[in-house]
Amino acid sequence: MTIEIINGKMLTPKGEWTNFKSIHIANGLIVGINRQGEKFDAHTTINARGCYVVPGLIDLQVSLPEPGYQVKGTVESETLAAAAGGVTVLCCSPDTDPINDSEAVTKLIEELAGRSNHCHVLPLGALTRGLKGEHLSEYAALKDAGCIALSNGYHPIKNLAITKRCFEYAKTHDLSVFVNPIEPSLHLGAIHESHISTTIGLQAIPSLAETIPVAQLIKLAEATDVHLHLSQLSAADSVSQVREAKAKGLNISADVAIHNLLYTSQQIESFDSLYHCMPPLRSESDRLALLDGVRTGVIDAITSAHQPHEDAAKKMPFAETEPGISGIEHLIPMAVKMSDNNELPLACFFEAMTSRAAHVVKLDTPIIETGRAANLCIFDLSKKWRLSEEDMLSKGKNSPLMGQKIKGHVVTTIYEGRISYMADHA
Amino acid sequence: MPSSIQLTESGRLKHFLTVSGLDKILLTEILDTADSFIEVGQRNIKKVPLLRGKTVVNLFFEASTRTRSTFELAAKRLSADVLNINIDTSAASKGESLSDMLRNLEAMASDMFVVRHSQSGAAHFIAESVTPGVAIVNAGDGWHAHPTQAMLDMLTIRQNKGAFEGLKVAIIGDILHSRVARSQIRALNTLGVEAVRVIAPNTLLPRHVESLGVTVFNDLASGLRDIDVVIMLRLQKERMHGALLPSEHEYYQLYGLTREKLRFAKPDAIVMHPGPINRGVEIESEVADGSQSVILDQVTNGIAIRMAVMSMAMSGQTELKNALAESAL
Amino acid sequence: MHDSKTVEALLSSMAQELGNYLEHNDIREYELVGIRTGGVWVGNAIKRLLGSQQPIGELDISFYRDDFTRIGLNPRVLPSSLPFASEGKHLILFDDVMMSGRTVRAAMNELFDYGRPASITLVVLVDILRRELPIHPDIVGANLSLKSNERIKLTGPDSLSLEIQKTDP
Repeated sequence: MTIEIINGKMLTPKGEWTNFKSIHIANGLIVGINRQGEKFDAHTTINARGCYVVPGLIDLQVSLPEPGYQVKGTVESETLAAAAGGVTVLCCSPDTDPINDSEAVTKLIEELAGRSNHCHVLPLGALTRGLKGEHLSEYAALKDAGCIALSNGYHPIKNLAITKRCFEYAKTHDLSVFVNPIEPSLHLGAIHESHISTTIGLQAIPSLAETIPVAQLIKLAEATDVHLHLSQLSAADSVSQVREAKAKGLNISADVAIHNLLYTSQQIESFDSLYHCMPPLRSESDRLALLDGVRTGVIDAITSAHQPHEDAAKKMPFAETEPGISGIEHLIPMAVKMSDNNELPLACFFEAMTSRAAHVVKLDTPIIETGRAANLCIFDLSKKWRLSEEDMLSKGKNSPLMGQKIKGHVVTTIYEGRISYMADHA
Repeated sequence: MPSSIQLTESGRLKHFLTVSGLDKILLTEILDTADSFIEVGQRNIKKVPLLRGKTVVNLFFEASTRTRSTFELAAKRLSADVLNINIDTSAASKGESLSDMLRNLEAMASDMFVVRHSQSGAAHFIAESVTPGVAIVNAGDGWHAHPTQAMLDMLTIRQNKGAFEGLKVAIIGDILHSRVARSQIRALNTLGVEAVRVIAPNTLLPRHVESLGVTVFNDLASGLRDIDVVIMLRLQKERMHGALLPSEHEYYQLYGLTREKLRFAKPDAIVMHPGPINRGVEIESEVADGSQSVILDQVTNGIAIRMAVMSMAMSGQTELKNALAESAL
Repeated sequence: MHDSKTVEALLSSMAQELGNYLEHNDIREYELVGIRTGGVWVGNAIKRLLGSQQPIGELDISFYRDDFTRIGLNPRVLPSSLPFASEGKHLILFDDVMMSGRTVRAAMNELFDYGRPASITLVVLVDILRRELPIHPDIVGANLSLKSNERIKLTGPDSLSLEIQKTDP
């Protein structure tokens, strides 16, 4: 398939926006930029006037509910949703059923992803067997089968000794560890501990439930020399600790879920279960610290933390609902919002979801350059639309944006030189 | 906003879920309407025909004989038909979802649900799911709110003290887990008392409790100085198990309301307790039964307040139904 | 139109008529009840004219109205108060303006919930005669017909007088 994209703006490898006349794609690669003089037989021409072209997004935290939770979504539906969000590479959580702690499950996921072929799926293997936090899983087998790193899938590890062993064994196989920092004895409740939780009387999780394990994990990483990637930070103090660790030259990276950059626990005053997530949305000062972390690079990557749910999972009293937001399709509108509010420049957002994310999982820096793989996202910054259920490709309609006016959308996503997503009215 | 779901366009009550977001005028209307129902309770025939032909369902997911019976009595005195449903939560989690259960109950043409649930926000959830025209009254949800209890407490205070202005009120006990305390604090502040104090050890106080509009005291004696109204909260035995308190004995030593401790408050201070009372744990028997105690008044007032909010909420739903019928024409 | 002098005159003749009526029906002991608010004013005035010192009961009929499904609950309900036991007693019920008869029906239902009276004598200052129910006063001050866009109001409590007001079209 050959594709020609014409007359848009693109993000250069240096991170600047520049106008282009044409981008030529063939055999899965970018074969020419601004070579409009040359003859090029394009099957498809995409007019990108008024649009922007960036490398396809890399999402380090996505819950694919298959195998096991197909009522929430399948690899097919959710990778298609990812493509609709402009994502061309995603890492999927091992928290499936069965848990991805074996090569059999890893291979299953890869096969399903390959069959759908909407984006590249890199499985995260389970740090412990069954994610029970007690025994090691077979790291070598997982790596061979294709796991890009190991993760605790938002499950606690029994004690520090076991965590240390996991890190040592991971280092042995040159695998990174993605860890959600959780102290289970403090992690009881459904929302962030603040005056809001006091007012509405919901059991609450103090920031300490994250910031104490962050300190412990950093020390263990230092002692074992493993690459520690802290998943979905939510508290200001976690950001400070990562800053200090990086200043010391430690091999630490971190990501944040995009909704922690946009929302706070204020949204939960009316018990709206669409804002129930883990880690919880915290206070405004936490949100600002997280944004600052992304701007300064202390936080390497932004993720969607995509977690689709069936209707019934959200239709209960707040604390009984399942946490998670179906957000992968709306990364661009959320980025536009942060840019419009002068909280995060678009170029920085894309850096956090392309080059910096790639660096965490040791992939080549995705750039738009001749000879490189053709993984691109073309989006429109200004189109305003109202989100309805029919618009969403994810099986999970659990988005707090539902029914709201949003700005910006993905026009086309190109994955390995093929169109993986094209908006209806492109 | 949590309260907008409670009010019709013209500001009438259509659900009674929380004191939060209701203004002083509406709260006063509830108290005044309750006064009329107190008079009804003194008559020969203690019934008025307001809710005649309406079906009120007591949907209790948490066991409670006292609250449920006062709601039942209140509904019956309004001439309504009453259905009591006690749901064993463990069975509920195996079978129907809450939403499905509501649909089935609505199919029986219920006009009002009185709901008690162990989850904060349950009453809000039900109010949002229910068909327009059906009123929801919150009989207590998790740690969040117990608005009828707060209002009957306010009525009791008004009966004994006249006005709210200038009053100093102290709430003593487990504020952290108390939906009653949260609702009382909101009501007291909205009605304009001079000061609300909470007296408890730090383990029983939620973080940022001052944001509710209270001053914190850890010491009972200093907390009670100058107090007009003393509200005791019940201490649950479970608190001894989660490393919140060392023993009932130490709690009683420090926070138990004895005749001696009561003397730190004003001589005409009244003593209240939402019940049931733990004698010898949070309060001395002599105080509970003493001249300053208005605990029994609270019980009588409970029926009147519940009659008031039930008729007001039904009235608001009527307004809503008429408006919907009109716009459908 | 009907100033306080006129109302005074009406009340005088009503008090006289009432006295005769009670004698004629052999009612020696009775209790007085007014429907809030106008009925209580009328009752107090006639009570004075009769030379009685008895306390007058006050009825708030909000809980007995038949239009709850149409208009909901009155936000300004006040407690009724009957400072006597009504069981087996002769009651004299006062209202200021009678029109459809529904207010009196509600008041009678409420009175019966206090106890079974021996009899009820209905005394009304002005009768607009637009009955929707078969209920009639025993003593009337004056009959009056109003146009459909008019209504009559009793002002008080001192110096009672009647006012005809135009309602909005």
